[in-house]
Amino acid sequence: MLTIKDLHVSIDGKEILKGVNLTVNPGEIHAIMGPNGSGKSTLSNVIAGRDVFEVTQGEISFLGKNILPLTPEDRACEGIFLAFQYPVEIPGVSMTNFMKAAIEAKHAYHGTTPPSAGEFLQMIKEKQQLVGMSQSLTGRAVNEGFSGGEKKKNDIFQMAMLDPKLAILDETDSGLDIDALKTVAEGVNTLKTNDKAFIVITHYQRLLDYIIPDFVHVLHDGKIVKSGDKSLALELEEKGYDWIK
Amino acid sequence: MEHPSWAHINLPPIDYQSISYYAQPSDKAKYESLDEVEPEILETFNKLGIPLEEQKILAGVAVDAVIDSVSVHTQFRDKLEKMGILFCSFSEAARDYPDLVKKYLGSVVPYTDNYYAALNSAVFSDGSFVYIPKNVRCPMELSTYFRINAINTGQFERTLIIAEDNSYVSYLEGCTAPMRDENQLHAAVVELIALDNAEIKYSTVQNWYPGNKEGKGGIYNFVTKRGLCKGNGSKILWTQVETGSAVTWKYPSTILKGNNSVSEFYSVAVTNNFQQADTGTKMIHIGKNTKSTIISKGISLGKSSNAYRGLVRIAKTAENARNFSQCDSLLIGSQCAAHTFPYIDVHNNTAIVEHEATTSKIADDQIFYCNQRGLKTEDAIALIVNGFAKEVLNKLPLEFAMEAHKLIAISMEGSVG
Repeated sequence: MLTIKDLHVSIDGKEILKGVNLTVNPGEIHAIMGPNGSGKSTLSNVIAGRDVFEVTQGEISFLGKNILPLTPEDRACEGIFLAFQYPVEIPGVSMTNFMKAAIEAKHAYHGTTPPSAGEFLQMIKEKQQLVGMSQSLTGRAVNEGFSGGEKKKNDIFQMAMLDPKLAILDETDSGLDIDALKTVAEGVNTLKTNDKAFIVITHYQRLLDYIIPDFVHVLHDGKIVKSGDKSLALELEEKGYDWIK
Repeated sequence: MEHPSWAHINLPPIDYQSISYYAQPSDKAKYESLDEVEPEILETFNKLGIPLEEQKILAGVAVDAVIDSVSVHTQFRDKLEKMGILFCSFSEAARDYPDLVKKYLGSVVPYTDNYYAALNSAVFSDGSFVYIPKNVRCPMELSTYFRINAINTGQFERTLIIAEDNSYVSYLEGCTAPMRDENQLHAAVVELIALDNAEIKYSTVQNWYPGNKEGKGGIYNFVTKRGLCKGNGSKILWTQVETGSAVTWKYPSTILKGNNSVSEFYSVAVTNNFQQADTGTKMIHIGKNTKSTIISKGISLGKSSNAYRGLVRIAKTAENARNFSQCDSLLIGSQCAAHTFPYIDVHNNTAIVEHEATTSKIADDQIFYCNQRGLKTEDAIALIVNGFAKEVLNKLPLEFAMEAHKLIAISMEGSVG
């Protein structure tokens, strides 16, 4: 589904990713761990197409298509979703309008008919329950006045609405208390199917108690230095990152 | 009188001799069919979802459907007349209701008020007149839009609205569609009078021709609008969405004379390319326990300049007066400007006056967040800007609010890159 080959990425002339290779197949959950500054968030932003990063070498293909020339919105419409480390606030824009615009954009991209107003509202209701959002979102502005946990849950809700093929969770667990963490993890587990893939970026092992990864990769100094199964995460928890460096 | 020079606008001298001060309203259409109209204007009509027949009227194409409009208009006017509501052109009012016109015309904006009010008072030939009798609540939004033939009343329009005790009226001015007009200078005067416990809601959507992308052409919109809360407990609400005109220079204001009177001012001004706006309000508190609220949202794009200028004056007599002002500016791009000139003049220490102001830019993070959800940058900006202006747009009558959302989105076009 996603193939990254020898990816080199710089920002302001400083190289951050120094040859990343990664293959993600449908149905798989990959965890990417690593110390601060190892390039984890850069990797997720580059896959999503953020233009402040410059890809100097290598390739990223998604479902057989080279996505490097695509805009972030086209990548999103192709089915890549990023749950942000810091979801932003968009004051005054209601969640209903925001999601409506997003879903309409996706349908326009694929030339399909968007849901009717009634279907759409029903969908909001269902997905909200699915990801366990207790408070009604529909009247609220995008992340405005949301607590840290609510913002993260809101991203998971958006993921449920947009039904991506590949979802990247960029430190979604940071700043979450254990209950919010469980809610987010349950959301992800409910959405998991055989044709979807997840990349979970995290510092800590604890999220991986709830979202069980098929693969764990350690990113250090812009390179994946070690890959393994979920036991690697436990080992990291115990020993820290130093032994890998 | 001297031409005033204090506004934060850059204006070439106007040749007043070259203006035609009266033109006989002509039935002659400018175009024979829509095919002759500028494609850019037609595109905007379509984006706004304006029905074909109305497009023709707005663009100045010969229309058969005017007959339908006239009959609709007549039905509508009959209904109002039964309630005692008068809604007609100014010339009809001068002929049919001279006592009312004599009593109120110039009572809020005298001809000596300012340069353009003097000009208007000297040469105006028509406009709109509304009278709501005691204890009557006008059942529909009154709009100049219904009076198709009044669209071309020209550049020196006069509006007079009188609301008697305990009455209510909501008046809509303008149109979201870009209007064709050969006149460059528009110097209208609007006077509102609210008597005891009366409420007047005055909404404007202004989208006159702003000039081309190089800043050539476009309308000068120099309007004097003022309301008088004459009666106790009266209320005047101004809502304006200003996206058009090359230069917008206006301050819809309220004199809060009656005790316990209330006024609110909600404004969104969008300037793009080389547009200039110097707009805001004046709230003059005279009566006791008077309250005013000012919410102004300025959005600047391109190389435009957008200024908020407001005066809050609390007179000696205005015991316990209260004002809250909030002026937010949003800058898009690096070549535009936003200015805020708040004047506060307090002569009574029981007054409470608050002023808040913010200036912000659309953050790249916000745009990327929207992009990542599938929205194009242009659509993301329109969405963010509509969110920024939401407090004001929510004050518009519903059917207008929808159009205003689209209008703002259209005003953003070409702003990215």
